[in-house]
Amino acid sequence: MKELSLNILDIVMNSVKAGAKIIAIRITEDNRTLAITIEDNGCGMTAEQLERLSDPFFTTRTTRQVGLGVPFFRLAAEQTGGGINITSVPISEDEVKHGTVVTALFYKDHIDYTPLGDIIATVITLIQGNADINFDFSHTINGYAINLSTAEMRSELGEDIPLNSFEVLEWIKEYLNEQYNGI
Amino acid sequence: MKSLAELAAIREKMRDKVAMRDNAAGTRIVVGMATCGISAGARPVLNTFVEEVNREGLFENVTVTQTGCIGICQYEPVVEVYTSDNEKVTYVKMTSEKAKRVVAEHIKGGNVITEYTIGSTKA
Repeated sequence: MKELSLNILDIVMNSVKAGAKIIAIRITEDNRTLAITIEDNGCGMTAEQLERLSDPFFTTRTTRQVGLGVPFFRLAAEQTGGGINITSVPISEDEVKHGTVVTALFYKDHIDYTPLGDIIATVITLIQGNADINFDFSHTINGYAINLSTAEMRSELGEDIPLNSFEVLEWIKEYLNEQYNGI
Repeated sequence: MKSLAELAAIREKMRDKVAMRDNAAGTRIVVGMATCGISAGARPVLNTFVEEVNREGLFENVTVTQTGCIGICQYEPVVEVYTSDNEKVTYVKMTSEKAKRVVAEHIKGGNVITEYTIGSTKA
């Protein structure tokens, strides 16, 4: 992956496939580190699934026998001296508090650090494909926070207008661009 | 400054349009967005399709959707176009530039761009 924002898109797709209704994406960075947390209320994973998660030859998909998303993300973090951590509660264990939390830490001054890239394109792609999921996005840079909550948007927009209408996606793009330019 | 309050204005403006879109059953553009697709460049391809379909005024009859791994990862980014006559065209190794041409010539103009299809591409 050429950008961490592409890894984020890919990892969040796992939350989508897990049937999550709420997905939080939090990025926190200072001059030296960048931390990513992706938290969902999807179906979660059993201890056995969790254990095999970084094995590239383990996947739940049926079209082929490899699953590279998590190994790619882990590599991107570990090659900077950081790492990833995944905790999960399967729905079979807890019908209410199920879901998965993926956290990753990156050291930005390492030569093998992958830049974050176009995170706005990732947010827009996620909302375009999953208008019925509540996304809670935040990016804090040296204490300055950028936020986008689709639940908040929904309260202004009403129930009839899909979040992935072109006009709404354009608004998101302009809104986030303006927030980033304000830093 | 952009504000959430602007969304209320979008709601007012779009009220009638949305009803029309719900009735739409036309062309479907499906972009593969699994790990293989994303790492090969599917994100800008998808977003270009969304922008071009709107720019060409085709949104009433055309939907752009995402799917998982289609199983031909070496050809990613892969885009499938389903037209109302149930024909499917599979475009492979897509880019934003190719996406613009597909919207203009195939989706709008009705002519399949054969050179981008899976049948005329080497892996």
